[in-house]
Amino acid sequence: MAHAASRPRARKASRFLAGLFAAGLAALSLSMASPAMADEVGLDDYDFRIFGIVELADEPLEDVLLVIAGNGFEVDVESDAEGRWAVGVPERGDYTVTLDESSLPEGIAVIDEDREAPNVREVSVGQSGSTVANFFIGQGERNTTSYIDQVFERIFNGLNFGLLLALAAIGLSLIFGTTGLSNFAHAELITFGALMTLLFGVFLDVPIWLAIPIALALSGAFGWLNDAALWKPLRRKGVGLIPLMIVSIGLSLAVRYVYQYFIGGGTSQLPGATDTTGSIGLFGLTWVDVASMALSVVVLLGVAYFLLRTRIGKATRAVSDNPALAAASGIDVDRVIRIVWVLASVLAGLSGILWAYFRPGVSWDMGFQILLLTFAAVTLGGLGTAFGALVGAIVVGMFVEISTLWIPSDMKYVGALVILIIVLLIRPQGILGRKERIG
Amino acid sequence: MIDWLLLFSNAAQEIISPTTAAYALAALGLAIHFGFTGLLNFGQAGFMALGAYGYAIATLTFGFPVWGAILFGIGASIVFALILGVPTLRLRADYLAIVTIAAAEILRLLFTTNTFEPVTGSANGLQGYKGGFEELNPIPEGTYGFGPWVYNEYDWWVRIFGWGLVALAALITWRLMSSPWGRVIKGIREDEDAVRALGKNVYFYKMQSLIIGGVFGSLAGMIFILPRAVVPSNYQTSLTFFIYAILLLGGAATVLGPILGSVIFWVLLSFFSGFIARAVEAGWLPFMSSVQAGQLRFILVGIAIMVIVIYRPQGILGNKKELAFVK
Repeated sequence: MAHAASRPRARKASRFLAGLFAAGLAALSLSMASPAMADEVGLDDYDFRIFGIVELADEPLEDVLLVIAGNGFEVDVESDAEGRWAVGVPERGDYTVTLDESSLPEGIAVIDEDREAPNVREVSVGQSGSTVANFFIGQGERNTTSYIDQVFERIFNGLNFGLLLALAAIGLSLIFGTTGLSNFAHAELITFGALMTLLFGVFLDVPIWLAIPIALALSGAFGWLNDAALWKPLRRKGVGLIPLMIVSIGLSLAVRYVYQYFIGGGTSQLPGATDTTGSIGLFGLTWVDVASMALSVVVLLGVAYFLLRTRIGKATRAVSDNPALAAASGIDVDRVIRIVWVLASVLAGLSGILWAYFRPGVSWDMGFQILLLTFAAVTLGGLGTAFGALVGAIVVGMFVEISTLWIPSDMKYVGALVILIIVLLIRPQGILGRKERIG
Repeated sequence: MIDWLLLFSNAAQEIISPTTAAYALAALGLAIHFGFTGLLNFGQAGFMALGAYGYAIATLTFGFPVWGAILFGIGASIVFALILGVPTLRLRADYLAIVTIAAAEILRLLFTTNTFEPVTGSANGLQGYKGGFEELNPIPEGTYGFGPWVYNEYDWWVRIFGWGLVALAALITWRLMSSPWGRVIKGIREDEDAVRALGKNVYFYKMQSLIIGGVFGSLAGMIFILPRAVVPSNYQTSLTFFIYAILLLGGAATVLGPILGSVIFWVLLSFFSGFIARAVEAGWLPFMSSVQAGQLRFILVGIAIMVIVIYRPQGILGNKKELAFVK
């Protein structure tokens, strides 16, 4: 049976996710986080609690894994010898409690005829400050995904991730191509788009269809400001490329912690990001995923049209090829670079918004989390080639997601970075890069 | 009211703290890479992680004695330098940057993952490896010192060992850089092709430089973990960026610059964070919470990196005539 083979894998995956979360916490607080595995988690830290008991016909079940998530908060808990578990949660509101069926003993499952996914329960913490979440457990068929479905799920997830990565990578590549700058602060342009959507869509209650265009417009303005206030004066000053790269690192560090200064170390959700009801019933995709992919494809086609067919796009490619020659043939190089900065920032902002829906969540370092993958995509495709970045991003995105079928999900970025090093070893100019001397 | 004496005393303690020594040694390694050879190594955090984990794992898992554990950490960093150098040292400088930053992240993710939890302790890290080092301590039990610098015998032993290593490394670097080998290395930074035309094998010189600086980085990682535990989240890319800030502050192509840079960096950082934290407590900065006060230091480090690179790229001790950056 296909799903029988996938069972231990599913258990492993969820354990590793728990570990990943613990690692994330540790990284955020820069201190040691105790492992998020216990029968009581966070009761001292938070005022509100969700608790329950896992039993099979009055017999307690030990070490059953439950994941409690909601309001941008997520925690794992395992039942104790009496089957009891309890978690503290930071605020009142709706939470989903997911019982990991792979952690149940053989032949046992959560059964509930009325529900499509009986192992997932919605609970809400109300006025009393606590709530109970119990499951009906009995002999029965488990709610697991078959191996082939998992493969398709991963492929589509990878495509989605690759496309949003491509939006960021093309911008990075265009900036590199026209100015020679390896911009480490690109991560902060990605975060900026998501942060602005959060600001307008959630804090200021603007409808999301309006909040996203506002965020994109502000992203473009932010990119223009980057160029006008910092990079253009430095180009005028004749600062070398390596110092520029280090300046971008300093900028990235400063801006990232400015974000944290204002929004804190937590994660917030954009409207509709954690809505699991919008499933299209195919490959575990939701309508948000489909919209995200469609939007990416349309925008990428638009960028391709811009680069290949419009005058200014052709000028951009000319500047990428040879700035001096482009200037000599009457192209206003500074204007082209300004347009590239605005375009790249809008693309990065859009990529950040989609990344916030994909993860899901908005946090201060979300862009920095995928910065290396973006660099990997650009290098893989060929430094400075826009379409290479697209190909590289899709390869990286697919590889990251599909590799989780075989390797633990907290190591999925390792695979992509290893691929980057191997490609540099055998084809340093990248997949679409021209063969020229790069030594 | 603010206890100024305590602020100054805390800042003065940073002058000889083992953390300052560790950052100074790591920055010295980076000076060999970046300042003298022109290699853009963005993975110094990875070398430090290898030193720290190499020492701790060799002690805890394999039961090595102190000298064996140190050699194990050094060996690991040499292997890492070879893995990084072989594919990238022939390529343009920015390729090395991307590969080293990626490799350091790979290491951190491997140390964080639950898969190797029995050996690496995953996100919780490792502790309990200090026994052998404590036994070597020649200082009798008790507290020693004067003024703000009063420590027990273990703390003094860590400081003496750490700063001893820094002094030794500085001496080695100074001798190396005034030798014919050092002149070739600096020549590679200034003009690689010219050095190649003189019949030198640039690739091997770069590799040797990468290994020496990497070994310094791994020793720095060992000093770093003597007063604390090994925790994977300490070895993020921002660690590398802090070391770059120190190096650029002191002077990238100097021997004493990284050490001076580390002392200045930590004294200022300690004083500034202490001051802001106390000022927030005293209600001087009503618009800021204490958590936000803690983040200000990172913002300042970032701005400091930008300002130094733009306005004083040679650092405090550097000579403007000597190029601090590869073209």
